[in-house]
Amino acid sequence: MPPAPALAVQTAAPYLNINNIEVIYDHVILVLKGVSLQVEQGKIVALLGANGAGKTTTLKAVSNLLHAERGDVTKGSIEFAGKRVDRLTPAQLVKMGVVQVMEGRHCFQHLTVEENLLTGAYTCRGGHTRQDLEKVYTYFPRIKQRRTSLAGYTSGGEQQMTAIGRALMARPKMILLDEPSMGLAPQIVEEIFEIVRDLNQREGVSFLLAEQNTMVALRYADFGYILETGRVVMEGAAAELANNEDVKEFYLGLSSAGRKNFRDVKHYRRRKRWLA
Amino acid sequence: MNFFFEVLIGGLLSGVMYALVALGFVLIYKASGVFNFAQGAMVFFAALTFVSIMELGVPFWPAFALALASMVVLAVVTERVVLRPLVNQPQITLFMATIGLGFLIEGLAQGMWGAAVHGLEIGIVDEPIAWTMDNWGIGVSTFDLFAAGVSAVLVTVLAVFFNKTRVGRALRAVADDHQAALAIGIPLQSIWRIVWAVAGFVALVAGVMWGARNGVQFALTFVALKALPVLIIGGFESVAGAIVGGLIIGASEKIGEVYVGPLVGGGIEGWFAYMVALLFLLVRPEGLFGEKHIDRV
Repeated sequence: MPPAPALAVQTAAPYLNINNIEVIYDHVILVLKGVSLQVEQGKIVALLGANGAGKTTTLKAVSNLLHAERGDVTKGSIEFAGKRVDRLTPAQLVKMGVVQVMEGRHCFQHLTVEENLLTGAYTCRGGHTRQDLEKVYTYFPRIKQRRTSLAGYTSGGEQQMTAIGRALMARPKMILLDEPSMGLAPQIVEEIFEIVRDLNQREGVSFLLAEQNTMVALRYADFGYILETGRVVMEGAAAELANNEDVKEFYLGLSSAGRKNFRDVKHYRRRKRWLA
Repeated sequence: MNFFFEVLIGGLLSGVMYALVALGFVLIYKASGVFNFAQGAMVFFAALTFVSIMELGVPFWPAFALALASMVVLAVVTERVVLRPLVNQPQITLFMATIGLGFLIEGLAQGMWGAAVHGLEIGIVDEPIAWTMDNWGIGVSTFDLFAAGVSAVLVTVLAVFFNKTRVGRALRAVADDHQAALAIGIPLQSIWRIVWAVAGFVALVAGVMWGARNGVQFALTFVALKALPVLIIGGFESVAGAIVGGLIIGASEKIGEVYVGPLVGGGIEGWFAYMVALLFLLVRPEGLFGEKHIDRV
């Protein structure tokens, strides 16, 4: 059989392909019950859902950080750029171009902001570290001013920027961004999402974004998945999801009957379930 | 007054010897946040291996290289067998593991080379320098001065390594946050191998110096206990702190012995250092150069 043309293969396979994975912690706790999702090259994909839905676990399954928490992918497969990546170490994965920015920033507190950024270039040898550093500073001018202070003493927004900047230093093709809005003022959240969009458009970095802040995430994403208790319950283009009645009801607190107060929403939710 | 200075200088220089041992602790603490209880055993293992190889008729430098190689092997095995299965466990677990590791290394050293006491001659005599004696009337030991030189070189190299190099930065990053270090692609396992190997190197240097002074014997493992007050004063994370702490302990110990000792019947050198450390704990628990715990509230 003649080999298929290269172009067709590229468009057929998504950049990141998570295929029906199951994750078990400590050999007993089933957290993901068959999650499948795809990220196409150059897109921003949002992974939405409440606390404990499995967003972080999904990201960690991709970046292979689960082992450190006694978790394991027991079923399914994960492919990046057409290659199986589920058995790689985090370091190998970073070399392939997939970097995770963890929930809660996780900056190196006792290193300066600039040292934090430089550690990001660990896997990336070659003389371009200085240029990369300057590039990060042009995206995040705010942290350039703070570059000699210890990361532990900078504000939450600055730490989030440092964490994203640190990931950029590894010259990633895809960033797994976990809860970037956590604990930040709305204005800073907008600023960070603007930069994410910028990076996506100018550097061509694809994003898989886990967020509880549904409204903001859907505004910046191209596509969205909604997770609930370890399953994907809904997926669609971001604009469609934002207009979906159930999403509005459950995650945005809006409904056809106008804005509801929180107690009523909670009550309603207990009775209604997703059609899975 | 000359006598006072002689005591002071003698104390400072012996403090440098403590600092040499303390450096090994600092290295591992910096990179993994673990107090390595096995450091004393590593000093003993290194010195015994070195002296035994020399007694087989191998010259100084090749013997040093072979002993260093054995420390590297020890580091690699330790990482594989002890550290890797304990990733992300509480620090106390790792600490307990190093206690066990300490016993294992002590046993291993004696099993391989026997328990006899060895003399070690490195060609530096432990005698006062004539020049200072003639000019200032102060006796300074050649050996102590040599030890001070060795530690100065060691500290400079380590400081540059930690602050200016790619691997050094990665080591500090790992110490701060394992998970984040993993997430940005720093391979924890090779980092730990490197740091334990470097700590092994420091243990070898300390072991050779202490062995040359007191003979290579099991008591070398207790030298580590003297490093404890040094660390408390200098701070667990600081290379410079290990040196300054060593100097303070050395000097206060000797001065205490000479000037306070007679008042209480002597023999205070053994515990005076711990008293000083205790006072430090009350005033400045993170030590002089230790990293302050950063809390965001």
